[in-house]
Amino acid sequence: MNGPMSSETTAPDTFESFTEAVPDAKLEARGVDFFYGKSQALYDVNIGFQRHAVTALIGPSGCGKSTLLRALNRIYALYPGQRAAGEILLDGENTLERGVDLGQLRAKVGMVFQQPTPFPMSIYDNVAFGVRLYEKLSKADLDQRVEESLRRAALWTEVKDKLQLSGLGLSGGQQQRLCVARGVAVRPEVLLLDEPASALDPISTAKLEETIVELKSDITIVIVTHNLQQAARISDNAAFMYLGRLIEFAKTDRLFDNPRARRTADYITGRFG
Amino acid sequence: MAAIAGIGVLILIALLVLSALVALFGGAFGSRKLANLGFIVFCVGGATLAIASLAAILASLLANGLGGINLAVFTQDTPAVGSSGGLRNAIIGSIAMCLMGMIIAVVVGILAGTWLAEYSGRSRWTAAYGSVVRFVNDVLLSAPSILVGLFIYEVVVLYVVHHFSGFAGAISLALLAVPVVTRTTEDVLRLQSKQLRESGVALGAPLWITIKDILWKAASGGMITGALLAFARISGETAPLLFTSLGNQLSTVHLPIYREGGRWLFDPSLGLNQPTASLPKVIFDYALSAYDDWRRLAWVGALLIAIAVLGINILVRVLSAEPKRS
Repeated sequence: MNGPMSSETTAPDTFESFTEAVPDAKLEARGVDFFYGKSQALYDVNIGFQRHAVTALIGPSGCGKSTLLRALNRIYALYPGQRAAGEILLDGENTLERGVDLGQLRAKVGMVFQQPTPFPMSIYDNVAFGVRLYEKLSKADLDQRVEESLRRAALWTEVKDKLQLSGLGLSGGQQQRLCVARGVAVRPEVLLLDEPASALDPISTAKLEETIVELKSDITIVIVTHNLQQAARISDNAAFMYLGRLIEFAKTDRLFDNPRARRTADYITGRFG
Repeated sequence: MAAIAGIGVLILIALLVLSALVALFGGAFGSRKLANLGFIVFCVGGATLAIASLAAILASLLANGLGGINLAVFTQDTPAVGSSGGLRNAIIGSIAMCLMGMIIAVVVGILAGTWLAEYSGRSRWTAAYGSVVRFVNDVLLSAPSILVGLFIYEVVVLYVVHHFSGFAGAISLALLAVPVVTRTTEDVLRLQSKQLRESGVALGAPLWITIKDILWKAASGGMITGALLAFARISGETAPLLFTSLGNQLSTVHLPIYREGGRWLFDPSLGLNQPTASLPKVIFDYALSAYDDWRRLAWVGALLIAIAVLGINILVRVLSAEPKRS
């Protein structure tokens, strides 16, 4: 307790929190705590995801932004030790309740991962896979759905002549857009993106960002990103998280131009993180 | 021939010992280069010894077996002493029992390996059960095959079927192949990325569909390799067949619908419900016999098995090669 450093690290950490309510929340977390076994990763997170808007989650590594994303479609339920408490409302229905059909939930709340994960099958079957699970479409309708999805992911012109070739043969950027097309094909209401561009080169990233902005016309989008410029470019609302807590949530312009929390200001100006 | 091979092996061993001594004591005399040279020669010598013994086996099989291969080997059954014949019953019996054993082993092994890799970690109790299964499987992996044969003799031959049969042989071969298939299936499934598994589930697919349609497909190369290696292993096994399928001088294996004595017959047992000939057992019997023509047939049989195993291994190499990007 002698030096200035030690007094700073032992001082009780207060988390001043500034969150704004969003006008039309498609998806809303209320008082969400999250646990990996006994260690807690999220503390009382309250946030609304505006309908047909892009919401970016930013913050240093380990701040809980991916954890929050994984709670939204309950993908964490694959792992027995992980659990979420609180409420996550999708159109007013609590998705954390027992007895929720996880398959249906995940068909409504799609997800794209950091690494492209094309399935070991043809490009066509990659896109059709999710559709076939929940809908019985005729061949012509399915063809049309595949084309429409690939167009929305800005991949159609590049693959239209090789739909029967393996999805594994595409480049990294193309694979990621294939994963977006696959997610869009089941017509989700929400799409969760977990650092979707972090494995891509700048040109592929630009294409992916364009796609995301276009998708928000009928899909509510939540994106986790380490890239602050990216968050500023494509998101309407942005949330800054730190040590499992939501520190600040506001319109993206507001958050970047005029942050209210000291930690947010420190992070976006590069003073830590 | 044998004398030359023997002298060659002796020279190799002498070289190994000498280079090991140089490697060990070269440093003591202050010459690191000498020690290094000794070590390299030691390693190369060891590799050469391994290759040379394999080459010697193949060479002697070719030298003794190649001359005996003719059409009769594949069209006639094993002969009585003094008469001519072939290995047809043994070849067909071996193929039938190995295939049936592999069908059992692939089904059981893939399911067991999938459970171990994908489901056993879901709770503390299943994890504990899973680690017991994994341990027992590893023990079975190295269990002496004659024990497996005796076990099936005790359980199937004595108490269920009450006589030697091809089924009992197939079951004991299956028991040897199951641990190999289980192990490789679990290993290759664990190699698949977490995100691939999650991305199937994230589309709304139940876990079992994700496993069946995505993970198995992604892991298929490794799983096929494991199954073929198991097949290669059991195709040369004699011990598990001694007390189970025994042997048969006649060709008893047939298709479910077959023609005999001018009539069409139906028998879904494929003829495996009676003692069944197999190549390894014929080799075992004939190689130890006092008759030249029997011993010649034993060499031919040994060559055939070696070719089959070699072929399977080459197939494995081809299949497990990385598929090229389009």
